[in-house]
Amino acid sequence: MRTRLQKWTLLLGAVAFLALPLVSRAQLSNEQIKTWLNTPAATSHIGNITGHAPDAKYDYRRYCVGCHGELGDGNGENAKWYDPPMFPKPRDFQLAVFKCRSTPSGTLPTDQDLFDTIARGMDRSTMPQWSTFTKEQRANLVAWIKHFSPRWQTEKPGTPITIPPEPEVTPERIKAGREVFARVSCWKCHGVQGMANGPSAATLTDDLGRPIEAFNFTTGARPKCGDTDQDIYRIFMTGLDGTPMPSFADNIKPDEAWDLVFYLRTFMPQHSKERELAKQLNLKPVDPNAPAGQQ
Amino acid sequence: MHVMSRLRIRGFATFAPSLSAISLILLFLVMAWSQRANALPAFARKYGLRCSACHESWPMLNYFGQKFKDNGYQLMNDRDAPIWQNPGYWPVTFRILPIWHRVSTGKVLVDTYTAGSTTPTGSAVQRVTTSGFDLSGLDFHTGGTLEKNFSFYVLPSSDPTGAFHFETVMARLDNLWGSPWLNVKLGKFELDNLLSEKRILTLTGNGGIYQLYHFIPQGDGNIFGQMGDNQLGLEVMGHNYNDRTRYSASLLSSNDGTTQLPYGNAYTGFFTASQAFDTGKAGVQRVGGYAMVGEAPTTWITQTGPSGSLPLPGGGTGNKAFSREGFVGQFYFGEHADLQVVTQHGQDSAWFGQGYGDLIDGVATANNTTGTTLPAGARPPIWNGILLEPHYIYSPQLIFIGRFETIRMQQQSTPGTPQSFGNITTYTVAMRYNPFMTSRAGFAWHNEYNWLHQDGTGPTLGLNSANVNTSEFLTGFDFDF
Repeated sequence: MRTRLQKWTLLLGAVAFLALPLVSRAQLSNEQIKTWLNTPAATSHIGNITGHAPDAKYDYRRYCVGCHGELGDGNGENAKWYDPPMFPKPRDFQLAVFKCRSTPSGTLPTDQDLFDTIARGMDRSTMPQWSTFTKEQRANLVAWIKHFSPRWQTEKPGTPITIPPEPEVTPERIKAGREVFARVSCWKCHGVQGMANGPSAATLTDDLGRPIEAFNFTTGARPKCGDTDQDIYRIFMTGLDGTPMPSFADNIKPDEAWDLVFYLRTFMPQHSKERELAKQLNLKPVDPNAPAGQQ
Repeated sequence: MHVMSRLRIRGFATFAPSLSAISLILLFLVMAWSQRANALPAFARKYGLRCSACHESWPMLNYFGQKFKDNGYQLMNDRDAPIWQNPGYWPVTFRILPIWHRVSTGKVLVDTYTAGSTTPTGSAVQRVTTSGFDLSGLDFHTGGTLEKNFSFYVLPSSDPTGAFHFETVMARLDNLWGSPWLNVKLGKFELDNLLSEKRILTLTGNGGIYQLYHFIPQGDGNIFGQMGDNQLGLEVMGHNYNDRTRYSASLLSSNDGTTQLPYGNAYTGFFTASQAFDTGKAGVQRVGGYAMVGEAPTTWITQTGPSGSLPLPGGGTGNKAFSREGFVGQFYFGEHADLQVVTQHGQDSAWFGQGYGDLIDGVATANNTTGTTLPAGARPPIWNGILLEPHYIYSPQLIFIGRFETIRMQQQSTPGTPQSFGNITTYTVAMRYNPFMTSRAGFAWHNEYNWLHQDGTGPTLGLNSANVNTSEFLTGFDFDF
């Protein structure tokens, strides 16, 4: 026969056990989650997949929160150990400013842009390639990322830029690309040989005042936002928001942009065809002191 | 004896219901006390990732962790080489477990005494139960990259007395010619088992291993087919960009990982292939297979000394064949549940089945010298087994583990031997709770119960059945730093 005390103790124990999931939820909740999590903006659309932010909560906690933080502000417990420029700080999702976009500078990226970034990772940082996720997982995480900033509630993503078909690489195009490289002063940060040692390189900081490095084309490293020809084209035509790398969409015509892609590839050891053509042309580095149009 | 029965005997019967409720409350408080899960030592310190990024529950890898391992402990983000690390970074983790456990073994043959006699006068069978505080051995895990695409792992491991051996020593050339399809590993390493025994989530004597990976039929002298043991050899493995497709092929010395060539000139091959499929919300499902095909010695050059005629180390010849092959499945049901499946069909040469094989360690009882013939009707022992291991992951810090394994003899080596002789069935349930984890250390409160049943291996003494049941309960702190 159980005493009343035993019965009450049992009841209390059972209630406490059943309340467990609620307590766990309370640990993860915050005002932002309550406000935005179930709004239309907290979804993503990748092809025929719709991502839902609430479905990403578990994955975000398991994989992302250590760097990006519970509030998506880039202040996870590991963030303080990252020392820019060698290890860039994690992205602050509350600002909704993203480097890798297909959209014009200053606009929000598309869902596809964020989706691709998760799988591609960010070279020269601690952001891994999360290519192991299913597409649904990634789509859910895109939606989760969007719920951190009110920008997604009030703005729409920019319209992706149009990239014309890639022409055949020729010696003439490489030479023309060299002219573009000099004209828009890529060398000031990236150096005349693409070694990230231009006169401005040492002074570069991001929008938050943290030191940042120009991309060194000569090490074999992949550009952060992708290493296909289209990716390189996109990088300098959209710019990398939040960094000193501007958009050159107003300064470089689409056809010239392909010339510049071909010239940049002459610096990159993984592109032997362009390097070989540059060698045959006996192409010299641009001369920073040459008058305009006389490279 | 059941724990609750013991409490009743000691006069706590009226307190027992309250004890259940208090346990529930304690469990609630412990779970509510959850802090954020952080990274674990060594690799976690290097990359700043939480332990949960790579581990379903430490130390078991999840898919991302498997990819990281397959890449040669690299994230492939151009910050993998140690030159990018603070010079003070030292990629080492120490792991040890203080525990309390209770082990109970049934049908142990013991001596009996008559009153007034100090010498045994007979034998009896009884259950022997032991409990107390204990320690595991100490593992020093050190691994990582020597340079981009050059990785290593060294694991000196001790038994509970502090006697060390090298559990793992290997170097690996990663992504040869820029391709993830070609990686070469040399040394002593864990075989490429998708369900890794070295990363097992359970710790008891019988539940802390996969029986399937170590099964040897009763009376069989072949120790060389234990795919759960780290082996010495060369492995070539490859995978695609996102690790959906992977393969491996290893050439191993048939010496069960023992150094200094104690056995003979024999080799074993171990092959795996698997394919993963994206199944939307359910997760990524993986199916694959493995095959271990090898030869090992059954004949030994002997030398007569003060202790009689003994086999000469390294003097093994008369190689005979053995094989193990099976299916591996890793099935995920959303974020919280998964099921790991391994099957095995195993076969040893009849020579092993008749007790020829590892004479060096005294496992085998006979030496297949010139002129030896097998007993009439001797056959290769054949068996089949399955391992099912479900997990429920409440959160990255709390996991519930279950396991069912059974191995059934299909054919005994000696005709007339009961078909079920040596069959094994075992159940394991466990809970691992990590109240905290930081990028400097890890800690888990581990609780586990294992029950193992083996057919026909106990003493008979006129009993109807000589089956043996063994059980163990363990609770302890699994920590690394």
